[in-house]
Amino acid sequence: MTTFPAGTFAPAPGRGRVGRMLATHARTEAVLTLRNSEQILLTLLIPLALLVGLTLLTIFSLPEPRVDSVAPRIFALAVMSSAFTGQAIALGFDRRYGVVKRLAATALPRWLLLAGRTSAAFVVVAVQLVVLGVVAAALGWSPSATGIVWAVLLVVLGTLSFGALGVLLGGALKAEIVLALANLVWFVLLLAGGIAVPASSMPGPLADIVTFLPSGALAEGLHTALTDGTAPHWTVFATLLAWGGAAGALATRTTKLA
Amino acid sequence: MDVSGLVKRFGPTTAVDGLSLRLDQGTVLALLGPNGAGKTTTVEICEGFLRRDAGSVRVLGLDPATSGDRLRPRVGVMPQGGGAYPGVRAEEMLTLVAACAANPLSPAWLLDVLGLESARRTPYKRLSGGQQQRLSLACALVGRPELVFLDEPTAGLDPQARRLVWELVAALRADGVSVLLTTHVMEEAEELADHVVIIDKGRVVAEGSPRQLTAEQPDAARLRFRATPGLDTSELCAALPNGCRIDEPSPGAYQLSGRVDPQVVSAVTAWCARQGVLAEELHVGRRSLEDVFLELTGRELR
Repeated sequence: MTTFPAGTFAPAPGRGRVGRMLATHARTEAVLTLRNSEQILLTLLIPLALLVGLTLLTIFSLPEPRVDSVAPRIFALAVMSSAFTGQAIALGFDRRYGVVKRLAATALPRWLLLAGRTSAAFVVVAVQLVVLGVVAAALGWSPSATGIVWAVLLVVLGTLSFGALGVLLGGALKAEIVLALANLVWFVLLLAGGIAVPASSMPGPLADIVTFLPSGALAEGLHTALTDGTAPHWTVFATLLAWGGAAGALATRTTKLA
Repeated sequence: MDVSGLVKRFGPTTAVDGLSLRLDQGTVLALLGPNGAGKTTTVEICEGFLRRDAGSVRVLGLDPATSGDRLRPRVGVMPQGGGAYPGVRAEEMLTLVAACAANPLSPAWLLDVLGLESARRTPYKRLSGGQQQRLSLACALVGRPELVFLDEPTAGLDPQARRLVWELVAALRADGVSVLLTTHVMEEAEELADHVVIIDKGRVVAEGSPRQLTAEQPDAARLRFRATPGLDTSELCAALPNGCRIDEPSPGAYQLSGRVDPQVVSAVTAWCARQGVLAEELHVGRRSLEDVFLELTGRELR
């Protein structure tokens, strides 16, 4: 029989330090994502396979060096995979297992709950892009140095924008439905959303639509920045901001704890 | 904690219907009721997870609906069915919750106390139901709260783990922590609670200390014993004072209700001796909380 000395549970309540809460929360979420084999498949292995495959197999005709055209699109795919599909599925199952409610019942302020999740998403995107960038470099990728600054800005904006869409989907529906929809949307956007095939290669009206999808905007923007080394068109930023803003505003109303 | 006239509706159903309760500092309040009685709804309103439709709620002097951010650091919550990331290891989860508190208990110590030492590195979804419950309890306690909400803390626990939880609750109470617990387990309420509130259909149907609730009206005592099934009790009936009745509610289980005094007990044992049977588990006693509960809330399944 266990016995507890008097005073073991004497109340000493209080909120933890903000920095420590944020760091622990973000670290836990990032580690969980990087340890999950399905997430790794989605966020790293598939983009890596496409990066290597599209560079080495000359199925599509691309200007040489092929990797310069492939890499920016694969980066866009990687951002969409983790910030949107991965985030939505994780949130769907986190809600199923009651973790959002569990954390909401602690001293963790609401804004920190969001900040921790966002920080974790940035950590995961950084890991993805470093791995993909190293492999692309090994394949002969030579990005424009001035374009890298624009690319980083686009990746940050893309992560927030896709993240808001991921939270909108993952926070509102049942986990199984989230799983199915998040994968379906990923597949459709990969093939017809301006990632695998540039908007400019699509038939007229479809090209216009694709330019204003977050996937099309991010892929085109990264391509412009990294391959041409010039600033992306302002509509790229506006498109990402608009999707992110709308999804975020809607998500604050539809996201459920459990 | 003070709740009065609490009302909560979900569409056309009224889940909580004018409920009032009071929990004094350093005491244990048990909320008893059948499934769907409104226990969890009441607790979730007090925790600030649900908005009330009417009535007033003060928890540690604060309104959970508007002062949640100030209230949460001071309370510990064990939600029904627990809560954690599916893939998180037990220790990681408890460390995360501990990081949210200013003066947490040691997560390693708490895991050890709750018998989760060997499951430290096991992902949450692979823990057994009882282990998940215990981790959830650890999360509720780790921040050294003043007030703890335990929603069915022993659901799915084996008898050893249940005893441990009872000990913990007793230790919390001894250290001045207030505890609101909901339960179906009558024994749990009898053992732990200073005050029991029985609710049904969102209303309080009875309340008091376990002793008050189970106190026997003088003419409604019960004598129970077990013997060979199907004995002819007419001879015994004749020997008993007026107002006493003997039944055999299930084969071999006899129950005598009425005014049970020493003469009645003697008459029963004498009758058994004449029948040549041994009265086993002969018991004169107050009602159990379960009797009270079933009387008040009915026997049909919900």
